[in-house]
Amino acid sequence: MKINKTISLSLYYHMLRVRMIEEKIAELYPEQEMRCPVHLCIGQEAIAAGVCANLLKKDYLFSSHRSHGHYLAKGGNLKRMLAEIYGKVAGCSKGKGGSMHLVDLSVGILGTTPIVAGIIPIATGAAFGTKMKRESNITAVFFGDAATEEGVFFESLNFASLKKLPVLFVCENNFFSVYSPLSVRQPKERDNLSLVNSLGIKGDKGDGNNVIEIYELAKKAVANIRKGKGPYYLEFETYRWREHCGPNFDNDLGYRTEKDFLKWKKKCPIGLFEKQLINNGILNSSRIKSLKQDIQEEINDAVSFAKNSPYPKSKEMLSDVYAG
Amino acid sequence: MNRQINFAQAILEATEQCMEQDPSVYIMGLGVTDPKGIFGTTLGLEKKFCNKRVLDMPVAENGMTGIAIGSALVGMRPILTHQRVDFMLLSLDQIINNAAKWHYMFGGKMKVPMVIRLLVGRGWGQGPQHSQSLQALFAHMPGLKVLMPATSYDAKGLLISAIRDNNPVIFIEHRWLHGVKGVVPKKMYTVPIGKAKRLKKGKDITIIASSYMTLEALKAAELLAHDNIDAEVLDLRTIKPLDDKTIIESVKKTGRALVADGAWKSFGISAEILTLIYEKAWGSLKCAPCRLTFPDTPTPTSWALANNYYPRTGDIVNTARKIFGLAALSPEELGIPCDTPMDVPDKTFIGPF
Repeated sequence: MKINKTISLSLYYHMLRVRMIEEKIAELYPEQEMRCPVHLCIGQEAIAAGVCANLLKKDYLFSSHRSHGHYLAKGGNLKRMLAEIYGKVAGCSKGKGGSMHLVDLSVGILGTTPIVAGIIPIATGAAFGTKMKRESNITAVFFGDAATEEGVFFESLNFASLKKLPVLFVCENNFFSVYSPLSVRQPKERDNLSLVNSLGIKGDKGDGNNVIEIYELAKKAVANIRKGKGPYYLEFETYRWREHCGPNFDNDLGYRTEKDFLKWKKKCPIGLFEKQLINNGILNSSRIKSLKQDIQEEINDAVSFAKNSPYPKSKEMLSDVYAG
Repeated sequence: MNRQINFAQAILEATEQCMEQDPSVYIMGLGVTDPKGIFGTTLGLEKKFCNKRVLDMPVAENGMTGIAIGSALVGMRPILTHQRVDFMLLSLDQIINNAAKWHYMFGGKMKVPMVIRLLVGRGWGQGPQHSQSLQALFAHMPGLKVLMPATSYDAKGLLISAIRDNNPVIFIEHRWLHGVKGVVPKKMYTVPIGKAKRLKKGKDITIIASSYMTLEALKAAELLAHDNIDAEVLDLRTIKPLDDKTIIESVKKTGRALVADGAWKSFGISAEILTLIYEKAWGSLKCAPCRLTFPDTPTPTSWALANNYYPRTGDIVNTARKIFGLAALSPEELGIPCDTPMDVPDKTFIGPF
């Protein structure tokens, strides 16, 4: 596949940045200063980068509990995200949401929530709203494989198709819902693409660790949506490296095998793409080093901002219950 | 000047005027565009505002509630209707997890201006899954507002306030009120959310009610006057935020309180109000406050059983009489007409709902 240099570098940069930020969170988490659940997306960065590269700033984004990558790839403010995880008033949700409730209105991130599939109708509704208001932005929503088992997944897709809504559904299939494998949750004959197609929605499946493939599929999907042809569904297979919630590896638990993990680690979306870019002469070791250095500085700045920010005052607990 | 319309027409008029005034208002719900138009409350709206703003919808309560919330996040003002409260229970996830909390959990950055109209049934064998009164369930949730108007005037004014409010508002309509007429100005006006209304002034006992129970309470107050008991009647109108001030002021004055709530007894609105009275009017109480509610059972279907399920005017009168040491009287002795079957709102009703 022919690789566009600018786009490739941008995709690489975003994946690397998400990875380094998540690794930093994992490193700092044991300090017990981030006192909320974190669902790291290490191993799954390509989907966030590849899809968000096709979204405009004004487009809306919604996501689930594992949303750091989507937030960052869409342009969400890093300092505000880390401050939120640290429970600080400077956090994107003023410390009332934590890692599972990220928002950045300046770049169209309208919210992330952890109730499985609960965000899908919200995103569909945002698309419905923009269509009623004749606005041109589209909406993208990210969710995991388990979300496709929920009723609202079907309810939302049914309505999105009925009204030809400008919404992109992105399923990240990492094979596990916490510790429960697909085999105990879905019959082996199940095929989400057929299900989606039967609702009148176009869709594609792809390799969730191949950022170029993701980028190209998302490009096609987004173009389709922008043309007014209605919703589109994308599903990518990928693998979360660390535990469902928290900073550690959990291969010792026995719900999945070390062998599986190593197989997927070999398919690291960043490592594979880096090699490809080096082979194509787009990237070299000194460029990688300087990129990493820049990102590291940005992260250090953001961590220091988050750590040094004040906590919300206790009376803040009572505000924002009702909107004025 | 003194134009009279019924409760259902007042709801329709409020909806129509809000839709005329604000293009972001739209209404969606099962049957909104059907020939009966949600008991007349949505008749003619589709013709006037087109099917983009007046929508029937898939039978998917939870998903469609989420969709309404999502549209509210980007600037629309949805009105979602449910012909029976029981069906909307499917949407509790979206209401409780998302609508009620979105403003708070994102630090006040977004708002969810939406109205969820819920119809509460009663009588004609509605039974366990067609007649629940769940105001307490919604009122328990921080972030929700809960309204239960009793009069056509308040129905219009409160619905307009609810549509203009920047929060999710649960708007509960009692089916037996839809046909009741009252004076309603044609022009747009609002009734403030969070304010109870004193419908009858009195000095001996405060009767606190809402929705259909308010009508029963007013009739009871008239009958109590025959025994020289001067009852004050408060119509809550808003369940949440509760108007503590009006309740406490009244109870401090009368020293006696009776809460008549059209819902189950345990852990409900009546429990909340009695607690409020104990906490804030203890020193003024002349006797223990009391309450009249449904028994803690699902609603039975057979009219032989349901006849004794709902508290009525006579029950309110007798509960108050007991407080004053007077014996209970039968409806005949109280002079309450007994020529209408107890499972219909009035003689003109021939069922089904």
